[in-house]
Amino acid sequence: MQRNTTSKLGMGCIYAFLGFWSLVVIVPMVWVLVTSFKTDQEIFFSPWLPPAKLMFENFVRAWTKADISLYFINSMIVILPAIFFTLLFSAMAGYVLARYPFKGNRLIFFGFMGGMLFPVALALVPLFFLLQTFKILDSHFGLILVYIAYSLPFTVFFMTGFMKTLPSELIEAAIIDGAGNFQLFFKIIIPLSRNGLVSMGIFNFLGMWNQYILPLVLLTSQKKYVLSQGLAFLQHQQRYQSDWSGLFAAVVIVMLPTLIVYIIFQNQIQKGLTVGALKG
Amino acid sequence: MYKHKYRVIIPFLAPAVILYLVFVIYPYIRAMYNSLTSWKGVSANQPFVGLANYERMIHDELFWNALKHNLQYLIILPILVIALSLFLAFMISQQIRGSKTFRIIFFFPQVISIISIGVLWSYIYHPTIGILTSIMQFLRLEWFFQLFGFDGIPVWMGDPSTVRWAIGGVVVWQAVGFYMIIFLAAMEAIPITFYEAAVLDGAGRFRQFWNITIPLLWDTMQTVLIFVGLLAFDMFAITRVMVVSGSTTNRPSDVLATYLYEQAFQVSRFGYATAIAVALFLMVLALSIFTMRATRRESVEY
Repeated sequence: MQRNTTSKLGMGCIYAFLGFWSLVVIVPMVWVLVTSFKTDQEIFFSPWLPPAKLMFENFVRAWTKADISLYFINSMIVILPAIFFTLLFSAMAGYVLARYPFKGNRLIFFGFMGGMLFPVALALVPLFFLLQTFKILDSHFGLILVYIAYSLPFTVFFMTGFMKTLPSELIEAAIIDGAGNFQLFFKIIIPLSRNGLVSMGIFNFLGMWNQYILPLVLLTSQKKYVLSQGLAFLQHQQRYQSDWSGLFAAVVIVMLPTLIVYIIFQNQIQKGLTVGALKG
Repeated sequence: MYKHKYRVIIPFLAPAVILYLVFVIYPYIRAMYNSLTSWKGVSANQPFVGLANYERMIHDELFWNALKHNLQYLIILPILVIALSLFLAFMISQQIRGSKTFRIIFFFPQVISIISIGVLWSYIYHPTIGILTSIMQFLRLEWFFQLFGFDGIPVWMGDPSTVRWAIGGVVVWQAVGFYMIIFLAAMEAIPITFYEAAVLDGAGRFRQFWNITIPLLWDTMQTVLIFVGLLAFDMFAITRVMVVSGSTTNRPSDVLATYLYEQAFQVSRFGYATAIAVALFLMVLALSIFTMRATRRESVEY
């Protein structure tokens, strides 16, 4: 960015600092990966040595005996439909809010934005009893509805901004060609919004994958736990039955999918995540 | 285009608005009322007690204990996160080779679930199987901790005086990459001509950073301050997964969110827990407004 050249010493310092922080970030992650292939004895007595033999059994045990596979499936059952409907409903709402002037438009827009101000902790107790009243407490369906509702504020905000940037000519041309409202939306608007939808899809995926307090309160039977909750459960169980190696393998299983998603889509993710923050 | 426009507007808005009203707005409004009851959750009977929950809160030592910890995080986290992320962003912005790789690496912790991070770090801090203590022993850092009155390397999670540093450190570790990317994006939006002019005027790199970059980043700084402030008032997931719950020894790591969760879902004082949540909300709101006011300056247009 700056055009004046930096001295060799200055460059050396810069690389030293950047290299140091890279180590701080990477070493813990590599450590957990290496440790997940060790036996319990190796973990306890030689934390620094690589495993004598790669214990793939740890992963098998975590996946089957520690129910990680079950939590994984539960997470997918909840997250995939939640993302799909979050994107659909937000695109619909964003489209109308961006392109149709009507009385109450601003009120609804700022109403959604207001939702970003409140801490989820405040809603927990009423939410718990609301779901109980609807008989959807401790059900994946209930959690899906809640996930969608709490993803809406930011996604609607983002999609409204995005829909404003769509070229009007294409939309007007489609109207002249006699496209109906729904046809227009699904055949023209949605394909045009692909980039925005992908960004928000990834953003919400990461958010829901990380979500902990909502499933903790709203899912009470262990067989229905989602991954984050199941991993925390495993961690707390650890006090009574020590299976370090299984736990480390479980951490790796939970860690890897999002890391891989990130490495594939890293450009889109960094842009997608920062856009909201920068607009403030 | 806008003929029969309500035939579009209503069906397109309805799903989002209905879900939002039922599952977000209603619970928030309901919470305000619940905080005025002594509801135990078992019956439909919700005795109205006025401000009694709030009065109880004022005299509840455990509430103040948790609040004190939130406030400590509120001071420490923004300083560390902003200093580190700004520093790293500045260095990456210096036309260096491999800047893209550094960006990708620094962002890693942001995409790992906070629960994985919590489990991972609780073992890094572990006195026997963890690596942090052995690294510090290898570097002979005992003298450093003796300056602060420890016998040697502290036991991190096991010591009431270090447990919040340990948890806060993990949060910093996770957050820095994200805020670095935000600062970096803002820095790249600054027109290069500003720096060229400064170079002509003979300003060094440090002067450029201080007199050009920082003032132009002010709006971003404000946003980051609010975000990190919200983080300091949350800390729920990380605390819960790193600290053995349900024991009295977890008080040194209590924050408002974990305390109110315990009050609601472990001892069924739903009314009281909601009052704590309302207090938490008001503090978060006050913090956001205060930050916006206190950091408001003439916005520099460019």
